[in-house]
Amino acid sequence: MDNLLKLLRQNSRLTNAELAVMLGISEAEVAGQIAELEAQGIIKGYTAIIDDSAADPNSVTAFIELKVTPQSRSGFDEIAQQIAGYEEVESVMLMSGSYDVLVTVTGSNIREVSHFVAERLAAIDAVTATATHFRLRAYKQNGVKICAEDKDERGMVCL
Amino acid sequence: MSVSMDYDKLMNKNAVEMKPSGIRKFFDIANQLEGVISLGVGEPDFKTPWRVRKAAIETLEKGRTCYTANSGLIELRREIAGYVKNSVHTEYDPEHEILVTVGGSEAIDLAIRALVTPGDEVLVVEPCFVCYSPIVSIMGGIPVPLETKVENEFRLTAEELKAAITPKTKLLILPFPNNPTGAVMRREDLEPIAEVLRDTNIFVITDEIYSELTYSGSHFSIVELEGMKERTVLINGFSKSFAMTGWRLGFACAPEGIMKHMLKLHQYCIMSSPTTSQYAAVTALSECMEDVAKMRNEYDMRRRFVVDGFNKLGLTCFEPQGAFYVFPCIRSTGLSSDEFCERLVYSKKVAVVPGNNFGACGEGFVRVSYAYSLSHLKEALKRIGEFLEDIKADSK
Repeated sequence: MDNLLKLLRQNSRLTNAELAVMLGISEAEVAGQIAELEAQGIIKGYTAIIDDSAADPNSVTAFIELKVTPQSRSGFDEIAQQIAGYEEVESVMLMSGSYDVLVTVTGSNIREVSHFVAERLAAIDAVTATATHFRLRAYKQNGVKICAEDKDERGMVCL
Repeated sequence: MSVSMDYDKLMNKNAVEMKPSGIRKFFDIANQLEGVISLGVGEPDFKTPWRVRKAAIETLEKGRTCYTANSGLIELRREIAGYVKNSVHTEYDPEHEILVTVGGSEAIDLAIRALVTPGDEVLVVEPCFVCYSPIVSIMGGIPVPLETKVENEFRLTAEELKAAITPKTKLLILPFPNNPTGAVMRREDLEPIAEVLRDTNIFVITDEIYSELTYSGSHFSIVELEGMKERTVLINGFSKSFAMTGWRLGFACAPEGIMKHMLKLHQYCIMSSPTTSQYAAVTALSECMEDVAKMRNEYDMRRRFVVDGFNKLGLTCFEPQGAFYVFPCIRSTGLSSDEFCERLVYSKKVAVVPGNNFGACGEGFVRVSYAYSLSHLKEALKRIGEFLEDIKADSK
């Protein structure tokens, strides 16, 4: 299973036939293992790694740190779930350290993101402070270098 | 006015007669073309584990830049002794039986030079890495190819060995896991070989530089068999297992009677192996075996992928169990190895190495390295598929 997850993490478009060959098992076994991983909720979905700035040079991504007052019953859960429900939000994580919740938002321009922070996030009663960091440039996403290919420095020497 | 000197007449005859490596010539072509996808290199695509690099940086910061003992740092020789004991269950005395060399290559050179006298016959298992026969020849020895066959999965058989032995036979060179075929010799394959050697005075050089890259089952060395350690120089190194090619570090293990003469050659031509690399290697052996396992796991998946890919393309390929090469047969194309590789690199810009560079019996095969990322391998296989279609279309 470890190798299967590793391969899918690198490239989820590998076919079951290709995976079967690399793992030394049958296609049916691959299909079975993937189905099990999905059923167990270990694989949540399949996505593409997209260089947003290449897809849309105007798009902006912001990392927003939130300080949140924990609720008496639910702690941070309810607020975090509420934020996760917003369509604009890409990820929501409860963090240790000097703030509580980290939210990632991508919008088509800075105004859109600022508006979202002010109107939607800061407006939540339990949110006591926000700090918004705009991404300037991405170098690596999901384990893939997206800025420049690693150059193969190996020469063809007589071996 | 300068005197014109006829170098080829004046220089050492054996050096003049030595042929340059055939791979070199082919790589020169590949290097001239733009946008070539290579499946040609013989070194890992991984970087040296970070801990190893860090250890080297630290010793440089501390200014540990002197020569080491001729045989190598004693800490390293002890680590090597432990590693060898662990992996091939054989004990060597770090004081007298282990030598740290400049890559496995130097160890090969020293061993051949220390063992071979002019007129000696040296049995070289082919196809193989290109350096053995030229070194034998420059010593005035006579290289005798032992041609392995695809139907034996490129393993040496006792019959082949027996048939080649003459009263002049001095040495057998056993290069397994094999470059270029990826063949391995398991215990059951080596036992009959040892049986043939047992009553002779024939020495063995076992070049096990790819030992850590053995798949489905673990590596086995001829030194583990009775009566073999006494006659054998065991060679290994850090290049392939720890992705440390550029550090140039290998080692030899041999009985003191052999080693003391190899050591003299090493003293006079090398002094001692690179100090920084030796400190790095201590860390490699003591802390990084897990990295080796990770790399092996990665290679193993690519290996299956590439073997399957070639078989599907109709270039039949036995399943190699070692190193990071596959050795598909290209006879079905009607081309020679050289023609296949040249046409492939010119028309589809994929570089693979003609099998005949590794010995005459490699004709009809090509060496493909899978020390590349999966996406790189996929693209290369796709282009080779297109190439095969083109050939078919041409011949109609």
